[in-house]
Amino acid sequence: MATQPITTLHRPRSRAELFWAFNALALQGFGGVITIAQRELVERKKWLTLQQFSEDWGVAQVLPGPNVINLSLMVGGRYFGWSGAACALFGILTVPVIIVLMLASLVGQWADAAALHGAMRGLAAVSAGMIAALALRMSAAMRFHPLHGAQLAVFVALTILFVAIFRWPLVGVLLGLGIISIGLTYWRLNNQDSDQVSESD
Amino acid sequence: MGQGAEIWLWGAQGWALFLHMLSLSLMAIGGAIVVAPDIHRYMVEEHQWLSHAEFNSAIALAQISPGPNLTFIPVLGWMVGVQSARTMGWLDTEWLMGVFGALLCLLAMVLPSSLLTYAATQWAHRHRDKKAVIAFRKGLLPVVFGLVISTSYLMNAHLSWSEGWRVWLLSTAVALTVWLTRVHLLLLLALGASLGAMGWV
Repeated sequence: MATQPITTLHRPRSRAELFWAFNALALQGFGGVITIAQRELVERKKWLTLQQFSEDWGVAQVLPGPNVINLSLMVGGRYFGWSGAACALFGILTVPVIIVLMLASLVGQWADAAALHGAMRGLAAVSAGMIAALALRMSAAMRFHPLHGAQLAVFVALTILFVAIFRWPLVGVLLGLGIISIGLTYWRLNNQDSDQVSESD
Repeated sequence: MGQGAEIWLWGAQGWALFLHMLSLSLMAIGGAIVVAPDIHRYMVEEHQWLSHAEFNSAIALAQISPGPNLTFIPVLGWMVGVQSARTMGWLDTEWLMGVFGALLCLLAMVLPSSLLTYAATQWAHRHRDKKAVIAFRKGLLPVVFGLVISTSYLMNAHLSWSEGWRVWLLSTAVALTVWLTRVHLLLLLALGASLGAMGWV
């Protein structure tokens, strides 16, 4: 069994550092916040491994509320309890809400300019590319997965089929496929234990 | 803004709005955007506080400004607040009522889901060595991976190849750049916005 790469992880030194890290993350997120979150938390701050980040992101997706807000509550809460969660949450929300309200108070004067719509198209195109790059990176996080490669491929392919091609509601796909995948993973973990009592992870 | 129906946000109607947003919070699995249709029904169709165009501009504003896309919620609250200031004849303090409306909606939307996420993830973190928790986190991984790929695809899927080949080209170039280099993501976003504003994509 391959061993997992050893990375030295850091931890946030203070609640203020949590606030500013999530503030920076939020201010760079134009529609593709997952890619920025991965850059900030995994590569720059080194608070999480890519593996942990991918798993946390999955949990953040299935809980109600915006995924990046759930992620901030999870990471903040892990180090400093409820006050850390609150600091990370305020970091995500404070400045973006002030900016968007300032824009709202100006709305009408320029909201329908053609250049603005063009800029939005350009931003969306870049975000789509950034998210595709994240998918390329994430594939590495699945190398140590309890499921077989073929089983993983089936779940990935079905998700894409249901969400991107059939356009089924996200909630149903996530819960439906998620439960089957979780069940199978649980079963595999149990089998691994009984098969490889002597082998350590 | 302007031709909306009367609203007294400082009173029973404000309370009703708060309760309505509270009830939506826990349904927002996948992000606040999934409850946008219901907010549209409530604010635009049922109460006619806002016009359809105003509602759409709130969503667009949230998309072009940084931060989680949930920021359309405080923008809608701001618009309703300003509408309320006009109803009540508090024309000098429009912005104050706007901020009040924004905070009222934001708080109601964020509070219930955040409390649930915090409680659930703290519990899971304490029991992170339990097999069921490991299976839950790892089992979601292939589905999340499929979702990331789908998201990237769907952002451009409304464009046909003939009208959108430049967008697809830009996305592909960005994906490769982000995958292979460590270029700053804001730089790419700025490039995309400029290309869009100049009408190239």
